[in-house]
Amino acid sequence: MARAAVQRRLTWRLAEVAAVIAETPRVRSLVLAVPDWPGHLAGQHVDVRLTAEDGYQAQRSYSISSAPDDEGRLTLTVERLEDGEVSPYLTDELRAGDELELRGPIGGYFVWQASGTDPILLVGGGSGVCPLMAMLRHRAARSSTVPARLLYSARDLGDVIYRPELDRLAAAGDGAEVTLTLTRARPPGWTGYGRRVDAEMLAEVAWPPERRPLTFVCGPTPFVELVAGSLVALGHDPGRIKTERFGPTGG
Amino acid sequence: MDETTTRRLDGNACAGLLRELFAHDLTAASGSCASCGAVAQIGGQPLYDYPDGPGAVLRCGSCESVLLVVVRGAGRYRMAATGLRWLEVEVGE
Repeated sequence: MARAAVQRRLTWRLAEVAAVIAETPRVRSLVLAVPDWPGHLAGQHVDVRLTAEDGYQAQRSYSISSAPDDEGRLTLTVERLEDGEVSPYLTDELRAGDELELRGPIGGYFVWQASGTDPILLVGGGSGVCPLMAMLRHRAARSSTVPARLLYSARDLGDVIYRPELDRLAAAGDGAEVTLTLTRARPPGWTGYGRRVDAEMLAEVAWPPERRPLTFVCGPTPFVELVAGSLVALGHDPGRIKTERFGPTGG
Repeated sequence: MDETTTRRLDGNACAGLLRELFAHDLTAASGSCASCGAVAQIGGQPLYDYPDGPGAVLRCGSCESVLLVVVRGAGRYRMAATGLRWLEVEVGE
């Protein structure tokens, strides 16, 4: 199934924007209708290509945030980088009915399949939560009861992407837990974490290494390296920690 | 943004580029570093990507030796893989 999708020749195709969802002041989710979409795995990404009138092209990779279970629809969640070349167009200019050129699904490394039985630990920094959301959505769509914990670091509550949906997933009582840490500002009465992710926090939130969780870490490069390094120092098997770094530039 | 700045990403970021060349996804493949022998999946290894440059450099996460260099331009690809002792691609039955 999915393997066939991965092996198909990678070609550029036109997607139509079905809806644009404002997630936070800087983040939009683009719901795309993609004819003949071959299907994807939770955690995969697509390459998006923009072509200017003079023929100049710019290409970026974006994680798919929707579950593979949404037939024919694909959601990309894009954060606007102020001096970016591509993301401001995607977040500010694109409207329902517009077309977008993309290719995918891409990548077979940072993926989770609902057939898994090991607990999953998901650690996201900023918009690094996007591919992890695809995993949580896939887990929910398949009624998987694999224990799942998400540790999500955001600057403040207003920057938390998918917040209402994360609240619902955590309240479902099916083994999914969500822990937020707010690094820059906390609302009055906030009782959760209020600092950058560190080894102490990971020791509290992560499954103990004996549970052999499958871990996915996504975020800016320094975040990913700190989290992965800390988990290994806590005794987790490096072979069970999958990482996806994104750079501070490129937008 | 300084477009000449090197971006330190990981092998995931060159999945599309490699799929232009190969029938299978190589980021899920395991490779052995020719320098230190470490075995790891390509997708998780540090990648140095030059946004306006011609290609990408993939290094070993254990010893930082160069595993793979892929360059595209002037109507051709060139790939150097001298840093990989072997590469194993799982394709199923």
